[in-house]
Amino acid sequence: MAGNERVDVLIIGSGASGAATAWSLAETKMRILCLEQGDWVRSTDFPSNGRDWESRRYTDFDISPNRRGRDTDYPVNDDNSLMKIANFNGVGGGTVIYTAHWPRMHPSDFKVKSLDGVADDWPVDYWTLERFYDENDRMMGVSGLAGDPGVPPRNPPMPPIPLGKTGAHYARAMNRLGWHWWPSDTTIATTAYDGRAACINLGHCTPGCAQGAKASTDITYWPLAIRAGVELRTRCRVREITTNEHGMATGAIYYDADGREHFQPAEVVILACNGIGTPRLLLASASARFPNGLANSSGLVGKNLMLHPWPIVSGYVEEALDGGRAPINSMWSKQFYETDLSRGFVRGYTLQFGRGTGPANEAITSAAAGRLPWGRDHHRVYRELLGHRVGIGVACEDLAEEHNRVTLDPVLKDSNGIPAPRIDYTISENTRRMMEHGIARAEQILTEAGATRLHASRTVLNSPGHLLGTARMGEDPARSVVNAWGRCHDVKNLFIVDGSIWVTSGGVNPTSTIQALALYIADQMKQRLAALFD
Amino acid sequence: MGNDAETGLSTAEISDLRDIAGTMIPESPAFGVPGADDPAILDDIVRSVGRDLSLVREALAAIAAKSGGAFPSLDRDRREALINDYYASGGAPAVTLGRVIVGAYYRDDRVLLALGLEARAPFPKGYTLEQGDWSLLDAVRKRTPFWRDDRSTPAGEG
Repeated sequence: MAGNERVDVLIIGSGASGAATAWSLAETKMRILCLEQGDWVRSTDFPSNGRDWESRRYTDFDISPNRRGRDTDYPVNDDNSLMKIANFNGVGGGTVIYTAHWPRMHPSDFKVKSLDGVADDWPVDYWTLERFYDENDRMMGVSGLAGDPGVPPRNPPMPPIPLGKTGAHYARAMNRLGWHWWPSDTTIATTAYDGRAACINLGHCTPGCAQGAKASTDITYWPLAIRAGVELRTRCRVREITTNEHGMATGAIYYDADGREHFQPAEVVILACNGIGTPRLLLASASARFPNGLANSSGLVGKNLMLHPWPIVSGYVEEALDGGRAPINSMWSKQFYETDLSRGFVRGYTLQFGRGTGPANEAITSAAAGRLPWGRDHHRVYRELLGHRVGIGVACEDLAEEHNRVTLDPVLKDSNGIPAPRIDYTISENTRRMMEHGIARAEQILTEAGATRLHASRTVLNSPGHLLGTARMGEDPARSVVNAWGRCHDVKNLFIVDGSIWVTSGGVNPTSTIQALALYIADQMKQRLAALFD
Repeated sequence: MGNDAETGLSTAEISDLRDIAGTMIPESPAFGVPGADDPAILDDIVRSVGRDLSLVREALAAIAAKSGGAFPSLDRDRREALINDYYASGGAPAVTLGRVIVGAYYRDDRVLLALGLEARAPFPKGYTLEQGDWSLLDAVRKRTPFWRDDRSTPAGEG
């Protein structure tokens, strides 16, 4: 096995949280190394450069690693889950292929036990994270509009993306219903910002932005972190975290692109591999001292997986809209976010209003939904659909349940022979009631907007599948994996900064909060450097 | 045109694919579009099969079986009925076959131009997105904040 020079800090994973952590810690002048199993993605690689841009979201830029199947991906056994797993393995991680929707958690999301009597409170609150949310917004470059009565005050540095025809169509319906709406915060540049030009509407944000208007950490945090001295080593797939006789992490064993095994020694190890990859690695790092997996004395590593069920209700209006030629996000509604027990469930959801889609994807999804026939009537019906689609996503809070979990698959392995993660996940009764409520409200909105051919997809194939909760944070070592500032209770030089440390999920896209939390943990580490392992 | 070595599909399978694609999306003089069995489009479909080869093969075989091996000789109504029935119940192979065919069909220049769209990749030109009517937001701006402030909401009274 090849050995490498010892580093002060070893970060595993270069996505949303790993990049933010690396950048924040760089000012300490410690020797920091990040290992990433994927590659850099060049702007010329993204689908919107070519005529096959729509097809590639189902192949090499699919959000599912199983369908994408790159040699830098690892397989995931999600057969026992209605919701499928989404991720991206490359510099920037999931930020390369996210939709760039940028809501924050609400203050109530951190106090669900105190306020609503369910799940558990977080050991940190919104107000502790607020300045890190702000710092992250500046770093990623956020567009949005201050003054939203549905969320705490914030000041996005760029103006919002245009409403366009689609947004205005929704807005008129929402105003007639008297329900809240607001232009979404996004990490899509609407003005020149830190070397990024204003969005030119490639209409295909999710499988990467060829223009670079969408913020992903490969073009935001990483250039700054590398300039500050952080080393980022790609095509390095970590097999296990090693420990010594004192129960401290000593580094990691990884495979390089040629399959050669390396040992990377480190004083501090930070996991940033997302809510699937992190428990997978902890469980795969079992040893005589840690027979149930590393940092798993609570037995909670891999448990409490939350995936954000996300029904989508779509319909078609007579007006020709602007789908497929602009960012898919237009606006959100917080009308049903906070708990109202008269609705028959606890907690709530965000409504996310989308623009339509491109010509091939319209045919693919409409045929699958049974509204577009094959044969002589295909062309007539298709012309009633293309450019007329409206669709609302229901971003449901997913409460933590221990039976929803990540384990190591006994059979399936990646190309280096590392056991693949297996997902066992069901949607809870509370969440199902929430989903049905949200679907009914979305149908009401679309009907008010004049839409017909309504169709509700309860578990959408390409739904987000946010990966949260599998190494939760808390004060009690018996009920949590990491403490209130991300340090593992069992291994005092092992930290976790990704979505696996979430206690509850909120009803929002998570990346903004994942990064705010990572910056908070990095800040805590910097403040405690002299006594980091006490 | 594709052959075994280039695409993985045999000449007979490509012939079946031509018949099926032309049934699924036929030529329409009324709308001014070619069918998916147009030689250039079919060639694109065949070259696009790639990683979906096994599922596409499975779909072709299933359609052949359902038609008793006589799909091309069925009349048009029966061909369309068979395809629509199979697509609704055929699972991943059926959906994959449809996706591969429309993925190639709806990027053909003639098809896009007939739809009033530009025949080009999104990048680098992009598109124009109008601002929309921001005065619609005035009604929402008047609302008082309604997010729960945990600093003022007593525990249990959320």
